[in-house]
Amino acid sequence: MRTLIENGTVIDPQQSLNDARNIYIEGNKIVAVLPPNELSQAPFKRDETDHVYNAQDQMICPGLVDIHVHLREPGHEYKETIESGCKAAKRGGFTDVCCMPNTKPVNDQPEITTFIIEKSRSFKGTRVHPVAAISPDSKGKGLTEMGLLLEAGACAFTDDGHPVSNPQLMRRAMEYALSFDALIVSHCEDLRLADGVMNEGVISTRMGLAGIPNAAESVMVMRDIALCELTGARLHIAHVSTAQSVEAIKIAKDKGLPVTAETAPHYFTLTDSAVLEYDTHAKMNPPLRTETDRAAIRQALADGVIDAIATDHAPHSDLEKMVPFDQAANGIIGLETSLPLGLRLVHDNVLTLSQLIEAMSIKPATIMKLPEKSIASGFPADLTIIDMSVKHTLSAKQFQSKSRNTPFEGWTVQGKVMQTIVDGRLCL
Amino acid sequence: MNHFHQKHILDMASLSTQEIDYIINTAMTLKDISNRPIKKVPTLRGKSIVHFFHEPSTRTRTSFEIAAKRMSADTFSISASTSSMTKGETLLDTVNTLQAMNPDIIVMRHSASGAPHFVSRHLLHASVINAGDGMHAHPTQCLLDMMTVREALGKIEGLKLSIIGDIFHSRVARSNIIGFTKMGAKVTVAAPCTMIPNGIDKLGADVSKSLEDAVSNADIIMALRIQKERQSNFFFPTEREYANFYGLSYERLKSMNKNAFIMHPGPINRGVELSSDVADCSDSLIMKQVTNGVAIRMALLYLLMGGTRNAHSN
Repeated sequence: MRTLIENGTVIDPQQSLNDARNIYIEGNKIVAVLPPNELSQAPFKRDETDHVYNAQDQMICPGLVDIHVHLREPGHEYKETIESGCKAAKRGGFTDVCCMPNTKPVNDQPEITTFIIEKSRSFKGTRVHPVAAISPDSKGKGLTEMGLLLEAGACAFTDDGHPVSNPQLMRRAMEYALSFDALIVSHCEDLRLADGVMNEGVISTRMGLAGIPNAAESVMVMRDIALCELTGARLHIAHVSTAQSVEAIKIAKDKGLPVTAETAPHYFTLTDSAVLEYDTHAKMNPPLRTETDRAAIRQALADGVIDAIATDHAPHSDLEKMVPFDQAANGIIGLETSLPLGLRLVHDNVLTLSQLIEAMSIKPATIMKLPEKSIASGFPADLTIIDMSVKHTLSAKQFQSKSRNTPFEGWTVQGKVMQTIVDGRLCL
Repeated sequence: MNHFHQKHILDMASLSTQEIDYIINTAMTLKDISNRPIKKVPTLRGKSIVHFFHEPSTRTRTSFEIAAKRMSADTFSISASTSSMTKGETLLDTVNTLQAMNPDIIVMRHSASGAPHFVSRHLLHASVINAGDGMHAHPTQCLLDMMTVREALGKIEGLKLSIIGDIFHSRVARSNIIGFTKMGAKVTVAAPCTMIPNGIDKLGADVSKSLEDAVSNADIIMALRIQKERQSNFFFPTEREYANFYGLSYERLKSMNKNAFIMHPGPINRGVELSSDVADCSDSLIMKQVTNGVAIRMALLYLLMGGTRNAHSN
């Protein structure tokens, strides 16, 4: 199978490339990337090609990677399935996603990891890399069989959805993971401090809602950085939402500790004022913070203190969201809104396009030790094709995800995923 | 010439290489006694030895008892459950009480690291032999391990010993790292990082993250017992996982190293750190360790009681 992508602009931060290139794909590999004036060196002729994709006025970047999604299967298939989640992912431009273990049952056994991988493979689209639990049932009472889980295909470990409250368990988890050079992903939340439903501040006070202070996150970020320094294990901080967490991560990185971090589009796009109408689609954990935090997150992305953008795609049905704010479930979907919201950072001159691609493809792949992403001969043909100019309105009704819980309904955004190519296959 | 001037045997750090050699040489000559039809010599007749075991033990305690009896010493046993310590007596008071009865040697096992050192500082006459204290030291085990290695390979210097397993909680590992390193061997440890204590490299051990590296380069592989109760303190997830990544089956062992000898301080968790076909294979020195344990303990009792001087005066 041969595919030619012609007339497009290739952006590849790995090679500081931003120029017109034709991409030649054979099977699942890129076999040549040629400028328009060197097409005589093409590995195969245009008329011997199975697919020709005209990328006129479009941009081709290494396939996007979302390292924090909830696919809900097994156990909560009414919210999302591996199939619907993968469809949403490829629509969002993602060639790879890492799914969190808080399914039912929790992904704490090699058999569950294997089930998720095999099921996702049957859809021949976006690849799914399960993140397995740190503790059985994510109960924080012991360690999972990390070695066997890695052999089954787990890419990292987290009790996401819950913090690892016992610091001794977190220490041992990091040490044990270090034996396999595995990554620990930390959901940083002090449960006793986080006794609320939205950010603690003037808005929570005005609305009469119990608040969650920034410190509920940052004390755990600091604890886990201290444990990272003690153990030397690789630590990744999930869904960073506060300025204080950013400061702590910056100090850790300046010390040379093996710490990485991600934030989600809603934390660099929205603030707690989105909650003002008691909109349960603005309820998530960690909560939307203040403008100070939003600015700090944006700056941290620009500075590279936060490495990656990950959606924390958290599908919920009306059963969980059409209820009073206090009772509503945390989380929003994100796979099909992440790139346009990321592009807003480019339009706002917060990030260069190259920086955005690094945060949404190159760095997340590196953090999870997925195969390196680059648009060059010999690399896997994992590509995302984007039209940067097209304006469109976000509408959950048109999403592939089974759930509709997004606070971005009706937003007009610029830039759209046109095609997602996984292993040389055009998925859209 | 007498090479031995120690009053107590507390740990490997306080023994010189000459003393270690001398102990092993002595044990080699005494080993034969256990093979005689009448397994008894009168050497320590009239000496009193107290076996003070504050922690459960089968093989070490039996080994000391047999060693003492083959040397004709009188032995007395105190275990934690039958001693006055269950009535609230302090260790110091128990020791002073014992001392008032004038024993010659107190063989002591205790769950607290350093307890034999504490006791030795408060004894005027008797010698103390540490039969294992907490996570600190087990010098008689190290000496019997060295004797077994010397018998099997003819030397210790220049050999490579790899210790696999729960180094963190192991007094055997600590004593062997110090002892074998002192005698010129190279010691490597391998285990999940949770079981590698901070700073063990500074004690002289190379730390290997990979079981294969540790096993394939070794002349002797020593497996340690994995204690199930460590699971609750998060040191490892399950025995299944441990066996999969750090357990040695015969097939796995031979694929990594065809010639190495296998040792284990016992008791073995068969199917966890060692499969039965490894524990019982022809390269296993495990039963020889037990046999040599008696000889080493006979040698230590003999040397602490004056050795040749005493024997000649008899």
